This record gives sequence, C-alpha cells and structure tokens, in this order.
Amino acid sequence: MVARLRGPGMIRAALGTALGIAVSYVIIFIMRSWYDLDPVLDGFAVLELSLFLAPIGFLIGLGAFDYWFHYMSGRPTRPEDHSGHGAKTWRDYFRVNTDHKVIGIQYVVTSFFFFFVGGLFAMLMRAELAQPGRQFVDPNTFNGLFSVHASLLIFLFIIPVFAGLANYVLPLMIGAPDMIFPRLNALSFWMLPLAGIMMLMSFAAPGGSFASGWTAYAPLSVTAPEGQVFFTIGVQFAGASSIATALNFLATIITMRAPGMSFFRMPLLVWANFSTSLLVVIATPFIAVSQFMVLFDRSLGFNFFDPVDGGDVLMYQHIFWFYSHPAVYIMMLPGFGIISEIIAVKSRKPIFGYRMMAFSLLAIVVLGFTVWAHHMFVSGMQDWIRVPMMITTAIIAVPTGIKIFSWLATLWRGVLHLDTPMLFALGFLSMFTLGGISGVMLAIIPVTIHVSDTYFIVAHIHYVLFGGSLLTIFAGVYYWFPKMTGRMYDERLGKLHFWTTFIFFNATFAPMHIIGVQGMPRRVADYAEEWAGWNLAISIMSFFLGVSALIFAYNMIASWRGGPRAESNPWRALTIEWQVSSPPPIFNFDSLPTVVGGPYEYGVPGAVHAVFKDAEVPQPAGATASGAGRGHGSGSAEDKE
Amino acid sequence: MRRERSRDEKTPVLWMVIHGLIASAIGIGVGLAIEWFPEQASTQADPIDHLYDVLIWTSVPVFVTVTIIVLFSVRNFKMRPGEEQLDGPPIHGNTRLEVIWTALPAIVLVVLCSYAWIVLTDIEEAQANEMRINVVGQQFAWTFEYPQAGGKPIKSTQLYLPVDRPVRFYVKALDVIHDFWVPAFRMKIDAVPGIETRYRVTPNRLGTYPVVCAELCGLGHSVMRATTRVVTPAEFNAWIAERKAPVAATADGEIDGKTLFTEGNGAATACSACHTLADAGSQSQTGPDLDEALAGEDAEAIRQGIVAPDAEITEGFQAGIMPKNYGDTLSDKELDALVKYLAEVAGK
Repeated sequence: MVARLRGPGMIRAALGTALGIAVSYVIIFIMRSWYDLDPVLDGFAVLELSLFLAPIGFLIGLGAFDYWFHYMSGRPTRPEDHSGHGAKTWRDYFRVNTDHKVIGIQYVVTSFFFFFVGGLFAMLMRAELAQPGRQFVDPNTFNGLFSVHASLLIFLFIIPVFAGLANYVLPLMIGAPDMIFPRLNALSFWMLPLAGIMMLMSFAAPGGSFASGWTAYAPLSVTAPEGQVFFTIGVQFAGASSIATALNFLATIITMRAPGMSFFRMPLLVWANFSTSLLVVIATPFIAVSQFMVLFDRSLGFNFFDPVDGGDVLMYQHIFWFYSHPAVYIMMLPGFGIISEIIAVKSRKPIFGYRMMAFSLLAIVVLGFTVWAHHMFVSGMQDWIRVPMMITTAIIAVPTGIKIFSWLATLWRGVLHLDTPMLFALGFLSMFTLGGISGVMLAIIPVTIHVSDTYFIVAHIHYVLFGGSLLTIFAGVYYWFPKMTGRMYDERLGKLHFWTTFIFFNATFAPMHIIGVQGMPRRVADYAEEWAGWNLAISIMSFFLGVSALIFAYNMIASWRGGPRAESNPWRALTIEWQVSSPPPIFNFDSLPTVVGGPYEYGVPGAVHAVFKDAEVPQPAGATASGAGRGHGSGSAEDKE
Repeated sequence: MRRERSRDEKTPVLWMVIHGLIASAIGIGVGLAIEWFPEQASTQADPIDHLYDVLIWTSVPVFVTVTIIVLFSVRNFKMRPGEEQLDGPPIHGNTRLEVIWTALPAIVLVVLCSYAWIVLTDIEEAQANEMRINVVGQQFAWTFEYPQAGGKPIKSTQLYLPVDRPVRFYVKALDVIHDFWVPAFRMKIDAVPGIETRYRVTPNRLGTYPVVCAELCGLGHSVMRATTRVVTPAEFNAWIAERKAPVAATADGEIDGKTLFTEGNGAATACSACHTLADAGSQSQTGPDLDEALAGEDAEAIRQGIVAPDAEITEGFQAGIMPKNYGDTLSDKELDALVKYLAEVAGK
C-alpha cells in the first residue's frame, strides 16, 4: 500500500491534488491574516490558488516531474530503460507514458472526448434557439454554453487533436525513434485533460460557468462571476501544453530527421507542423498574458482594463487577437499537412509544386502575425490601421490559394481512390474555399462594419473550423486509423459519415450567412420573430449533424475493437510511417531508415522515399502485420523484455 | 505502373469551362436574388450593399472553379476496376501555372481592397450641418442625449432622428463594452469604457428600425434593444420641444402604471422587457420575478428598487444588470404611478 502511495500513479495524483488544495488554504490563510483581511479564509481566493496548485499537485503525483526532481536534488537519475514505452493494457494510457505513440493516442482520444462534449453543448444551444423567446435554458446558462462550447472545441479539441495525430505519425515520418523530449511530451499531454476538466467544472461555480465568450473581453470578464477564472486559469494549462508540444516538435524536426531527410524531402505534414509550431511558440504567450491580466484585475486589484484608474480596455483585444488570429492558422496549417498527404497518396501523383507548398506555409506564418486587428474593425481603435490590416488580410488569401490550386492540380490526371479519407479531403477543398471566400469578404472593411458580431461571423468561423479543420481531422483519423490501431475501419460507415456530415454541415451553417447579413446578432438566446423559420430549420439540421458524429464514434469504437487486421501499408504510400508494421514496433524501427528521395514520387518508376539498412524493407504488404499483435514489430520482441 | 493516358482527356478543359460559366451564372443570379440586407435607411447603406454585390460577382466564380475541378477530376480520373495498382503521371509542377495562380488572385484582391477603400472613405466622409448625438451604453440599456444650446441635454432611450439630416454619434459605455448598431443604417461601433468612439450616418428613409447591441455585454445582452424613429424635421422638432417642456400630465392628469410597465414612456425601457409580472402578463426572466420579489415590500422599498436597483439584490441575481438610469428617464409623476401600481399588484 505504501509503495502504491509512493509510486507514481493515479492514487498519488489524487493525494497530490488534495495536497495542492491544502497548501492553497495555508497560503491564503497566512497572506490574509498578515494583511488583516476579513474573512481570513476567503473561498474565492482559495479556489483561484487551488486552480493552479491542485493541477500541479496532480501532475507531481502522477509522476510527470519525477525524473526532474531526481535530477534537481542531485539524486541518481534512473537511466531510461524504455520500460515505460508501449501500452499493454488500457491502464498504460492512464499514466505518464513517454512513448510518442501512446501519447498520440492519449491526445486523440482525450480531444475527441471533449469534441463530443462540446458538440453536445452546441445541440443544447440549438434546442434553445429553435424558437424565439426562452424555452430551454436561462440566459446565463446559454451564455455559458456557447462560451464553453467554443473554448473546448478550440483549446481542447482542434489544437490538441492535431498535436496528437502529429505526435503519433511525425516521428515515424521523419524516421525518428521518438520525439526528442519524451518526458516533456508526456507532461504536455497531461496538462490538457486538466484544462478541459477545469472548463467543465466551471458549471458548478456560483453564478454559473464562464459566460463572456471564448474571447473573454475585458472588462466583462473582469466583472463576471467566479466561473470566469476556470477559463482564465484553464487556458494557462492548455496554452502551456501547446507551447511545450510545439517546442518538442520544432526540436524534433530540426534534429531528429533520418539521414538523407533534407528539409525539402520532408513530407508536407512535417512542414505543416513545423510552421504551426513556430506560430504556437511565438503567439501563445500572448493569450497567457491576456488571461493573467484579467486574473490580476479580478483578484489582485490591478487596473489593466479599468479606465477609471488609467487602464486601457482596447489593450486586451490587441493582446488577445495577437494570439487568437495566428491561432486560426494553428488550427488550420496541420490540416493542410494532412490534406497534402492524403491527396498525393490517393491521387497516386506527386504533390504539385512541392516547394511552393512549403513556402506558402511559411508565408502564412509570417503574414499571420500582421492581420490581428481585422477582428477589431468596429472596436473603436485608431482608424488608419484598418486599411493596412484589410490589405494584409486579403493578401493572406494568396498563399492559401496557392495551396488550394496545387491540390487541385495534384488531382488532375491522377488515379483517384475515392475512399473515406479522400472524400473528406475533397469535401475540405470545396468547403474551406467557401470559408476562405467569406474570410476575404470579412477583410473588406465596409462589409465587416455591418456584419461583425452577427451570424455571418458564426457561419464563417464554422466554415473555416468545421468545413476546414474538422474535415481534415476526420480525413486524418481515417487515413492513419490502420496505422494507429492495427485495424481497418468500416469503409461503408465511413462514407455514410462523410455524406451525412457534408450535407448537414451545409444545411446547418449556410443559412447563417443569410440571417447574419439580415441583422441577427450572434451570442443571443433570443431573437426577433423574423428569423424564426431559418433558426428552426438550422436547429433541425444541426441535430442530424450531431447524429452523423455518432456514426463516426460507432465506426471508430467498433473497428478498433473488432475490425479486420490492417496491413502495414494499405494505401501503398511512400512515406516512412507506412513502411513499418501496423501498429508500428515499440521503438518504431529495427534499423533507422535512410531517405533517398522525395516523399511523393508516385508514378516515378522504381521511386523509393526511404530504405532501411538491412535492405529487406519496405516489407511486403501484410507480411508482418497479420501475425503480429498490437505493439509488436518483427524482431522487436527482445527489445521489449 | 502508370495508367495509360486514355479516355476523353483532351476535351474536359473545354467542358469544364462551359459548365463553370453556366454554374457561375446561376450562382451569381442566386446570390444577387437573395434578400441579404435589411431595408436601407441611410445614405451609407447603398454603397455598402453595392460593394457586397461586387463581392458576390467575384466570389461565386472562385468557388465554382474549385468545385468544378474537383467534380471533373472525380468524374474523369477516379480509379476504375483493374486500376488498383496504377499510378498517375509524375507531374511535379508547372512554373507558369504557379505564377498565374499567385499573381491573378493578388491582382483581384488589390483591386477589391482599393474599391473597398473608396467606399470606406465615402461612407465616413464628414458632412455639413451634422447633428451631434451622444450615445451611452450600459447594462442593458441605451441612452441617447441630444445636446441643447445653453441647457441640459435631452435624454431618451429611444432614438429620434430627422430624415436627411447628417448625424454624428459619439458613443460611450459606462460599464462593459457594448456595440451600437442600427442594421438599417449598416453602421456600428463598439461603445468602449474609457474612450469615445464615433460614426456618421445620414438617415434617408422614414420609419422605425431596431437598435441592437452587437457586442456580448452580459446576461441581458439579447434584450439590450431600442428603437430608432426616423421622422420628418417638423415631427422631430415637435418631439424635442415636447421633451424640453416640463412633464405634461395626460389629459385626465393620471398616468397608467400598468401601461408604463409594459410599454415604457418612450424614454425609459419597459419593465416588462426583463421582469415577470402576472398582472401585466409579462414573462421575461432576465430580472427577478416581481410577483415573488416584491411580495410584502412597501412603496418606499419598491421605489428604491427602481431608482437604485443595486442597493438590494434578489438572491440568485447579480448586481449591475438593471440600468441605473430610471431616476433620470422617468419623471417624478411617472415614478409615483409606477410605484403605486407595483405596490397594488405585487407588493400587498
């Protein structure tokens, strides 16, 4: 029993959480009695400190810092024997695991959990909005629902699910045995569920959950009830997780590429995550700062956003959007990478204009930092900045257009395999184009003055994040499902999922463009009678959209449990992750690959992307996978013992 | 192994252009036929709506191009039985094509931005003889102040505007950010605590239009509405004169508290917008249910609840939600009538 308490794990984590809360009580007690404050134990003060210390206690208890503590205290560090790699039972997913493949699955499963919770909140909102007036939830709950919906789907789904997919496949793609910082990788993951649980817990706070939107504009967020701090602090953990992962990706991509893998031989998914990580590392500290400022204003009497005492309300928006605009690309570039992989493989053709595809990613990174104030055209900031921001915003459509046209050119004269990942990729092409078009419309200042803060914005953001990001996520999950689980998904259900998603997505969000321009503001529980018809139709369609997500869930769960075994390379792809068994061996490669050519040389006679030293690989399809169980690779059995 | 170039690969480009032109024509037609905007009630509306039409003209062909290429690729190049092991031709790029699809969108976008800049300058241009109106946003009401030469400004919670007279709004916020938007005018701007924001419109159509708060401002955001009345100059002057005069009693000298509760007085927002009261038939839930909250309260407490709503807060509700301007926007007589009415039907 003592050993179980002392050893890392969930029991010690619970203990650490309790200890974190206890320490918060003590610190608040000391500080407040020192200043003679009444009451000495203020519940909100303890809560806010606990929201920092309890998660840290949890992480320490779970064992995320054990190695570092050994190192810092000068005790002998345990040499890494890789015994923690791999997952033999489901319990291995609930500990600090340093295997990038385990972490990838932890990420993807966790973020899909929050995807379904966030989607459920959307259903509740649409139930309320089905008719004008109030029927279903009170205004405070409604404001909480859309705030938590957006926060979960942005910070706990789209951003981390991309990190999860890349975590799994990126080291394999560049021929690396793992990420460069496996322990940091584990820590990054475990901060994530903490942030999500925190945001969900806000519904239990007095005054309800945070209700000032995911944008949390000050001073509304400063004066909001206590639930707000669950966002303010939750974002810090999600952000820290995001930054740590990005650093990990950057260092991994720069230093861990297999011999021969020059930058211009990297698959575009690797390029995409390289660009995304640059954005994350530079931009994410800004949202952390903006939320700390809100927290200090709320809890410590600072005046960052209180004009009476010299604060500046617009400053919040500038800092916030300096992160949150690049965040749109953080949520889109990895999807571009996924689409590039799928379209090349499924068209059986090299990516058209590979170098321009890579350069356009970098162009988006640079331009992405020059457009933030287009979110503020009606905010009351200085007038002159609007026109330069309009031009940069419009110009960012040029590198994006290069990507779209290059994908289209890749399709041309290919041999198109129209299976589920490809259908999602093609759906993405047309839907994301629509999101991009409404994005250009929103760059045009006179139009934006009218449509900002209306349902036109809601339509645009969902065409970009649902029609854009989510369709790429679905495409990527189907595409790498055989690699990650060793099983094949059900193709018929996959296609059904695509068509239902595609149809009901459009039926739900396309009409929002119209009611938005007509003048229906967003973020309202109640609206004028004239929009009743449209809203009822939208609500009904959105419920069907919700059902389509259940088809996906069923397909994934059923196929993971009992789908047919996957071959090592069912798509006949050239990139390295498909040259090892499905799922890959615990240490990825028995011998490290050497890269000898580009990643997409389809149709070039005899082209190979990478060769393995023992020259037996690439393995003939199905030779190892059929006999090997999960986590096994040919010849890796003795490493595992 | 590579697929032999067979099947009708020579003609599809022509077919695509034809289909694309037809689809674009249909798309543009539908796009222009949709009733996008609410009615136009200012000189700013027309250039903005026109700009939007231009955007539809340029957007539809872009979407059609992408979609047509996807659909034709699917039709012509999808894998057919027996082709499972085949590859496409290894085309790595085409510099001329890439230059075209980089330059062409850039040119179109620069042209669009230039046009937008012209429209922007146009709709924000200063006008002669501008009338100044101060707009004050607070949770969850708008107050419009008409400065009067040598006197106190006239305050109202309804926006009266004379037709064809240029107006410049000076917008402020007392608590959090709001956004002053009249959809029929097409213009909006945030009301920001600590600074004053401005915009111009020239109303050019008689009628009644909603004023909407477009920036999330808290619990009552969706009920933070007011009315704009664009009237003839004569009617406007009459309204100003009426507001300037000391409060006129109604014909019989009586003010009906119930009417005041359900409809407001033209300056103050109606209580029924936020409160439930069985006698008045209102069912809003933004504020406390008055049948419960006022039970047993005397007239003095009810009066305080109206003019100083934050002095005492009903359990389960927050301070700062109810506007604190009822002391200003209700006359003494109106306040007396309202208190009397509430004391009768709810106080007991």
